[in-house]
Amino acid sequence: MKRLAPYLLILPGGLWLAIFLVVPMVFMASVSTQEGDMVNGFVQTFNFSVYGDALALYQTQFLRSAGYGLVATAVSVALAYPMAYWIAFKGGARKSTYLLLVLLPFFVSFVLRTVSWKFLLADDGMILGPLKATGLVPDDFHVLQTTVAVIGGLVYNYLPFMILPIYVALERVDPRVVEAAQDLYAARRQAFTKVVLPLSLPGVFAGVLMTFVPMTADYVNAGILGGPENTMIGNIIQTKYLVNNDYPTAAALSFTLMAAMLVGIFAYAKVLGTENVLEAAAR
Amino acid sequence: MHPSHDPAFLRGMTQSRSVTRRDAFRLAGLSAAGLALAACGVQGKKVAAPKADAVADYWSAKKKNGTLRFANWPLYIDKDGKKYPSLEMFTADTGIQVAYQEAIQDNGSFFGKIQPLLAADNDIGFDLMVLTNGLQLSKAIALGYLVPLDHSQLPNFAANAAPKVKNPTWDPNNVHTVPWTVGLTGIAYNPKYVDEVTSIQDLWNPKYKGKVGMMLDTQEVANFGLFSLGIDPDKSTEADWRKAGDKLRQQRDAGLVRKYYENDYVDALVRGDVWITMAWSGDIFQQVAEGKDLRFVVPAEGGTIWTDNMCIPKTAQNPVDALTLMDYVYQPKIATMLVEYINYITPVPATKDLVLADAAKAKGEDRASLEQIAKSPLIFPSAADMAKLRSYRTLTTAEEKVFESIFQPITQG
Repeated sequence: MKRLAPYLLILPGGLWLAIFLVVPMVFMASVSTQEGDMVNGFVQTFNFSVYGDALALYQTQFLRSAGYGLVATAVSVALAYPMAYWIAFKGGARKSTYLLLVLLPFFVSFVLRTVSWKFLLADDGMILGPLKATGLVPDDFHVLQTTVAVIGGLVYNYLPFMILPIYVALERVDPRVVEAAQDLYAARRQAFTKVVLPLSLPGVFAGVLMTFVPMTADYVNAGILGGPENTMIGNIIQTKYLVNNDYPTAAALSFTLMAAMLVGIFAYAKVLGTENVLEAAAR
Repeated sequence: MHPSHDPAFLRGMTQSRSVTRRDAFRLAGLSAAGLALAACGVQGKKVAAPKADAVADYWSAKKKNGTLRFANWPLYIDKDGKKYPSLEMFTADTGIQVAYQEAIQDNGSFFGKIQPLLAADNDIGFDLMVLTNGLQLSKAIALGYLVPLDHSQLPNFAANAAPKVKNPTWDPNNVHTVPWTVGLTGIAYNPKYVDEVTSIQDLWNPKYKGKVGMMLDTQEVANFGLFSLGIDPDKSTEADWRKAGDKLRQQRDAGLVRKYYENDYVDALVRGDVWITMAWSGDIFQQVAEGKDLRFVVPAEGGTIWTDNMCIPKTAQNPVDALTLMDYVYQPKIATMLVEYINYITPVPATKDLVLADAAKAKGEDRASLEQIAKSPLIFPSAADMAKLRSYRTLTTAEEKVFESIFQPITQG
């Protein structure tokens, strides 16, 4: 029994992943190299050229998605870090209230939150209308259907995923190590850059993982807030799959996206040297 | 709180781990099993058109069950509070209980959901559904997903349907479908910003740069490209599509198009994000009825007429009940109840006099709105407008690929 215990512990989760993740992935990998159409059926022909064709046809959307993901992630870090820092160190007794406030938007449907931006930012809406009336912005100025709107929507929707891991990392920083740094004649700024920041980097790393990947694959924000020049790769995959029923191309695009992101993330981990960061955190 | 703050978790995710030979073998075995499973491919099979005895074969053994599961689009049936008066009358007259669901938002995604079930011969949870003539409906017919209708049980349809809606090109002789409602795609504009519109070329007018709305649906947008060149979509060739594609791309590259919209073009028009846009007649009628100052025109070069069709999936549990409802709504009395709420074009022309009769009985605001319906060219189009209207082109699977490859890169650049 004792020897079996560890296996029994991983069995439910392992089965779950095997059935709902591994099997569909293998299935989709097989679909990606099939040829045909829905009416005449799809036949496995090991047509690997679909990958090259799809990449060539949609490289613009791939690059655009990666660009949006990077910018939105950077903006998220810039917004989330000070906020998490403030909650962790100055939040006092109300820390959990502040965290709840950060999470509160999650209680409203993702789509609804995004759609509400359309009301706020309409060309003659409650924000731009008065600004235009007073001549602060030109009449043909608009926010919706621009890159700014899409990136803004991405940051807005995924920000809590950045705040929480950073908060958790900062929260675990023992105030005594900061005091120790100051006892050793570190200025406040030095205490932050030499002690607090390195200790919190694993949180930043986790936050980047948890936001960059879904942001890059997102299609809701580009669909609702974007214009003709803001189509992301997620929108293409959705159309290929649901509208055109072109399953091979949709599957090939999904796998290409997944592979690109895995490569990107391993490169990021390597460059950032997570090992050192983790060692620093462990000390 | 979250596992990702755990250094061990991060290490697992980010550091290379030696995979043992045994692990590798196990993985290989697993994926081989998966491949065997997947190698049979995605099902799909074209069927021949049903023969006359196929209709008899299907219907002879079917009985009325007294229940019906009906999938329709939002705001597409008369509603009074939480009740559907026309369906309640149907239940009173026929004893059939209806479970009505607004389950369809979009042809593509709805078909995407039901297609695997139909392919596997499983119940989709509905006995009656409403699909627009277009790619998905054509696929459903080609794949044999729809029950051939027994027209001997559709006397009201035979007697009361407008000649224009009978025997459509996408379903000759109404073998599989009968219309629920008909609508127009034309141009809507806000007269506050836009001078009177008569021509489709106004969608290419540089004055409205960044304020033009076009539709995301490839057939809709392609039709407008074709109209602008004076081509009838139904007779168009691949060379025409390419010309229309060039014309639409030029509109997009000039920065005229604000967005390629789905249903949300209405909000954009009402809020002033777009001034002039491709639009569906019923949407604009409803906005005007609510007091918005908007105009709808069928441009001189042409507009699109489309039909949302009732059809019975082959896995329906209650097909007789579905067929009963299909015929029931073709009574002018019931069709009048529907058109007074739905505000699209009814397939039953006799309703016009009934709406006027209802108006004569009604008072005040109700009377005005009913008269507005009976007189609206959006609900009872004039002969001149009808003459300008064209259908979507019916595309074969091979043509569809070419068609999409021309127009989709424009709407989804």
